[in-house]
Amino acid sequence: MKVIIIDDEPLARSIVKEYLQKHPQLEIMQECGDGFEGLKAIQQHQPDLIFLDIQMPKITGFEMLELIEQPPSVIFTTAFDEFAIKAFEAHAIDYLLKPFDQQRFDKAIAKWNEQKSNTTEKATQDLLEVASQSPSQSQRIVVKNGSKIKIIPVHDVYYLEAADDYVKIHTSEGYFLKNKTMIHFEQSLDKEQFARCHRSYIVNVQQITRIDPYEKDNHVAILRSGAKVPVSRSGYGKLKEVLGL
Amino acid sequence: MAHSPFSITRFRIIFITCWIVLVGDNIMVLHFFGLPWQAAIIDSAISNTILLLACLLVMNTLRYYLPRGNQYINIFSICLFLTIAWLLLSKWLLKITLSHYDGYTDLLRHSLSIRFSIAFLLLGCVTLISILWYNQKDQKENEERKNDAEKLAKEAELFKLRQQLQPHFLFNSLNSINALIGSRPAEARKMVQQLSDFLRGTIKKEETQWVTLQEELQYLQLYLDIEKVRFGNRLATEIEVDENVSQMKLPALLLQPVAENAIKFGLYDTTGDTVIRFRATRENNNLVIKVQNPFDPETASPQKGTGFGLKSIQRRLYLLFARTDLLITEAKQNTFTTIVKIPQL
Repeated sequence: MKVIIIDDEPLARSIVKEYLQKHPQLEIMQECGDGFEGLKAIQQHQPDLIFLDIQMPKITGFEMLELIEQPPSVIFTTAFDEFAIKAFEAHAIDYLLKPFDQQRFDKAIAKWNEQKSNTTEKATQDLLEVASQSPSQSQRIVVKNGSKIKIIPVHDVYYLEAADDYVKIHTSEGYFLKNKTMIHFEQSLDKEQFARCHRSYIVNVQQITRIDPYEKDNHVAILRSGAKVPVSRSGYGKLKEVLGL
Repeated sequence: MAHSPFSITRFRIIFITCWIVLVGDNIMVLHFFGLPWQAAIIDSAISNTILLLACLLVMNTLRYYLPRGNQYINIFSICLFLTIAWLLLSKWLLKITLSHYDGYTDLLRHSLSIRFSIAFLLLGCVTLISILWYNQKDQKENEERKNDAEKLAKEAELFKLRQQLQPHFLFNSLNSINALIGSRPAEARKMVQQLSDFLRGTIKKEETQWVTLQEELQYLQLYLDIEKVRFGNRLATEIEVDENVSQMKLPALLLQPVAENAIKFGLYDTTGDTVIRFRATRENNNLVIKVQNPFDPETASPQKGTGFGLKSIQRRLYLLFARTDLLITEAKQNTFTTIVKIPQL
């Protein structure tokens, strides 16, 4: 079975490698030092299991997982991240606290072997949902643009628009697609800055220059970029609340 | 409990002098109105001794009970009551001891109103002075208490800021040691030593202690060496110190959190190799330390620059120097610069 190790510290990777010697059925395909490399390696090798650190350069382990349509099984390794640990506990996901010994490592492998058959994808998705609300991640959105990874600071977002199974994230550089729901963004984005002004729209209130009436009962928000965002009747109420009117 | 004014020798002398002058004046006045010396002395001694006791009573009472706000009417009543009591008591005693002198009873009767008003005025004065005295004492004590509390809070805060060693750093270092034990035991042992020295450094130094730049740099080197083991080739550091500054002083443990912030910022915001540059110079009477790290202006959110590391440094500098302009950051192209100025005392 194929394994990939993703951790930014070389020694942290080497200890996993060392402990894996006891499990010859697991073959290390690649070691990666950040989420970008990790993403590429996962797509290339389609591993059965990955060892994933959370705090890494540029994008966190969680953000990397978000970009994968069908993430492989994951054993998280972390030194100290209160937020992540709470999330693991809440979703009964196994994780290794650095430093860990061979015994603890073997236990995690055994547990993974047991659970492999029954799907754990739901738990992973729930975990990522929680993780996206962590203080470090709620300030940015990581998207995949073709083969490139783009990190969008939330203050650069103009507005979000529902598009079937995706959400279109409109920025100064055009729009990016993310495989998430509007509810996800409504919950994870800063409520002081973003308002769900319409069933299909979330707007960054700092971008609004004015709000005009539009047809009966409706409004339209004009953004600095000139873009027009529809505002429904109930959305108008929410918008006024965020703007403090 | 506030000290009575009598705890100060100067006040005791003033008080006794006043009393002697009062007794003397009283004798002279009585003699002037035709009383023989002997009778005048006895009269003055008796009435003024009782008055003295009344004064002491008032002063001592106020020591335990200070009127607040509109309770001053109580003080007035007490003065009035004490004066009347004094008058009745001294009148009775004087009659017993001095009525055999010719015309004394008449004199006493005529002088009662004058005696009353003088005694009332005196008691009033003593009461007022005591109230002022105790009020001032009270205020002073309150202020001292407040100052003490503030000082304690400040010390506690400094201690806390200093102690905020990242658990992340500690556990990752232990993890690195764990990895080295198997493959390179000698290096593992070295790292244990460095980590111990580093931790000992954070414990033993006082938050208000000043150290030379040289000492602080030695301590910083320990930290940087540990981080280099953790991150391998990705992390490099350059330290440049002007000749005349290594003996300049700075508060202990100030530099390491700045370095920590720069490393975290540099390593987690870029994927390539990271060089952290330190440069120490002298500017007028300030020690100026410049720390530079690379960053990615496209993804660095504005909040990041004032992450915990720098906020605590800012706070520490404020608590030590009462200035907010000693920490400056600037982001230019791909370089983030943190400048710390330390005035030399």
